[in-house]
Amino acid sequence: MDDLRKTILDYVRREYLEEGDDRPLDATTPLITGGIVDSFSMVSLKRFLERKYDAKIPDADASPEAFNTVESIARLVMKFAPEKAKV
Amino acid sequence: MAPETLALPSLDVLRSELESIRAAGLYKEERYIHGPQGTEILVEFPAGAPPRKVLNLCANNYLGLSSHPDVIRAAHEGLDRSGYGMSSVRFICGTQDIHRELEERLSAFLGTEATLLFSSCLDANAAIFEAVLSDKDVMIADRLVHASIVDGMRLAKAMTDTYKHGDMGHLEEKLKEHADKRFRMVITDGVFSMDGDLAKLDEIVALCERHGAMVFVDDSHASGFIGKTGRGTPERFGVLGKIDVVTTTFGKALGGASGGCISGRKEIVDLCRQRARPYLFSNTLSSVIVAATLKVLDLVSASTARRDQLEWNAWYWRKLLSAAGFDIKEGESPIVPVMLYNAKLAQDVARDLFAEGIYVVGFFFPVVPKGQARIRTQLSAAHTKEQLDAAIGAFVRVGRKYDILGRTKNEIVEKYGL
Repeated sequence: MDDLRKTILDYVRREYLEEGDDRPLDATTPLITGGIVDSFSMVSLKRFLERKYDAKIPDADASPEAFNTVESIARLVMKFAPEKAKV
Repeated sequence: MAPETLALPSLDVLRSELESIRAAGLYKEERYIHGPQGTEILVEFPAGAPPRKVLNLCANNYLGLSSHPDVIRAAHEGLDRSGYGMSSVRFICGTQDIHRELEERLSAFLGTEATLLFSSCLDANAAIFEAVLSDKDVMIADRLVHASIVDGMRLAKAMTDTYKHGDMGHLEEKLKEHADKRFRMVITDGVFSMDGDLAKLDEIVALCERHGAMVFVDDSHASGFIGKTGRGTPERFGVLGKIDVVTTTFGKALGGASGGCISGRKEIVDLCRQRARPYLFSNTLSSVIVAATLKVLDLVSASTARRDQLEWNAWYWRKLLSAAGFDIKEGESPIVPVMLYNAKLAQDVARDLFAEGIYVVGFFFPVVPKGQARIRTQLSAAHTKEQLDAAIGAFVRVGRKYDILGRTKNEIVEKYGL
């Protein structure tokens, strides 16, 4: 797993899982449809990514589908901050 | 002329959705209660079956006032004095003297500056955020707030964020993260309806004071009985008068019919009176309910005997369940969840308890998180010790049948799955 996906996965674990919740998560685990992240809580992930990668992800692109897996989130970041995300 | 052929839309999609709800075992069936609400009720279930007398352990009738003779009498008198309907929203010709009186009495009871009545607390929660907040603001909600708050937040233009349930460190991170916003409103239930635990309002208020944020509390499962004089979670945590917005219902402890309110700082309530859509576009609260709720406030203000009895009942019931070996969620409220974790097990236990004459309901996803299925028991001041002693006997018989007494969460999950 590359740094970008690992960074997103670490944030998801820290932000959304309760202490002691050690369920297995990987880049393809459904986050929103799997009940780990709800649409209200998604905003903090979006803000984190925008700050971390100096990107502006348009609201229209920040759909629940686009935020459903670490993989799809990584693709979104690559689309709006390709240079920063590679670093 | 040949008749026109009507092309009715096919409802196959809806039929298939209903089928999938049934197939998942999530189809809800109503149980018909013959007679008034109480600790012992006559229930027809399934539909068409002869009604049987059961002990009710699932009502929000915390103070036992739903069928109290004084409340019923006040409702009759209100009907005679103020009529049945007003055929109007509040601001056209739907505000009576008793609406003003109830709003003033509620402000005094809840320790707030002003109050606005709604047809339900769901309406109050649908109203508040959209009326007061804008896209310059953020709503930071506990992750277990009630569904009506979630719906209300969806209607507002303000940004949404959440903090882990009861996690004050996480809440403070969020307050810092959103320091650029005009208003930060921290949103919580006073008592969480599914777990029965209380929000740490003293800590929340202290954090909000430090960061210049507002506090919103839905005290529906607290008003009338939490706190030494029943004024709710703000009284329990010593922060009466420090909450910016309280919403609550008259549909639980305070008479149990329906109706609710937004109560809090004057400017917030005034703005709701100008802008809140459920206030502007829905009928006034029925004068019958207003008159009965005024009587309820008389009763709870005159004596703490009912809330004291409820506190004792909740303590005693928790003690009985724990001693019998049930896995319960600890707490101090009259909501006592018996944890079963598996959805089918929760339904089976509820069904068997009904056969034993105990009326409880199994809760499972999506009402509670996956793997957190439970029976939610709720106490009333009207329950007697004898009724609770009889109920625990039934619980133990059913618990033995499923071999869950004295079992840990892991053991129950190992036996029944999640």
